[in-house]
Amino acid sequence: MITVRYFASIREKMGKDQEQLTWSSALISVGAVLEYCRAMSDLHAEALHRRQPIRTALNQTLASLDAKVQDGDEIAFFPPVTGG
Amino acid sequence: MDSPRPSVPHCVIEVKVQAQAFKPGEELDRWCALSLGAGAVASFVGLVRDLNLGESVSSLHLEHYPGMTEKALADICQQASARWPIYSLCVIHRYGNLAPNEAIVMVLAGSAHRGDAFSACEFVMDFLKTQAPFWKREQTATGPRWVEERSSDLDAHARWKSES
Repeated sequence: MITVRYFASIREKMGKDQEQLTWSSALISVGAVLEYCRAMSDLHAEALHRRQPIRTALNQTLASLDAKVQDGDEIAFFPPVTGG
Repeated sequence: MDSPRPSVPHCVIEVKVQAQAFKPGEELDRWCALSLGAGAVASFVGLVRDLNLGESVSSLHLEHYPGMTEKALADICQQASARWPIYSLCVIHRYGNLAPNEAIVMVLAGSAHRGDAFSACEFVMDFLKTQAPFWKREQTATGPRWVEERSSDLDAHARWKSES
């Protein structure tokens, strides 16, 4: 299993803050997981729409879309950060 | 010409991510007392605005990513301590609900001389703004809104790459 977490406006649109997915070799990268999630439902497609900037993290570190994903990993999708 | 940098054996790093309010003055006193050997302590305090993009803000909610937040801030502090000979570096960042004028963030850096402390403080803030997983949601008269990323913050972060 992998855990996908959502934050801020993406979490709000999604109506949940995380979900578990069964890992397979198709979910080989952060970008592949993002594409998979976008295809899960209309709600997912809208919350993760390409027109908005999406930042990604792998195991609680900022990661690019080509970062490699393995079973047990935690992936997160969120808008650009605005702290400070 | 640059004088050789003094070697600093160990930089004390402290990262605090908390819901409760803090008093910047007390933190500054505490950090000065702790920064043994330092000749300078520089600090920065970020406050909640009461006006943003022309609308008055009645309160602010800060969401974060527990676990990643602490990791990201510690990593930023490590980078700063590798870049400047600093004795001590502290970041305090709040999450949850905040009222206008409350302190959101404080950075404290101790070094032998002021230049390195000022630089480390600015570096930590510029990296925090673009790398630490916090998101602001403002409550305004027309309803809540998520704060959007500012290009000036991206520029501030990028300049450290061109300066290195």
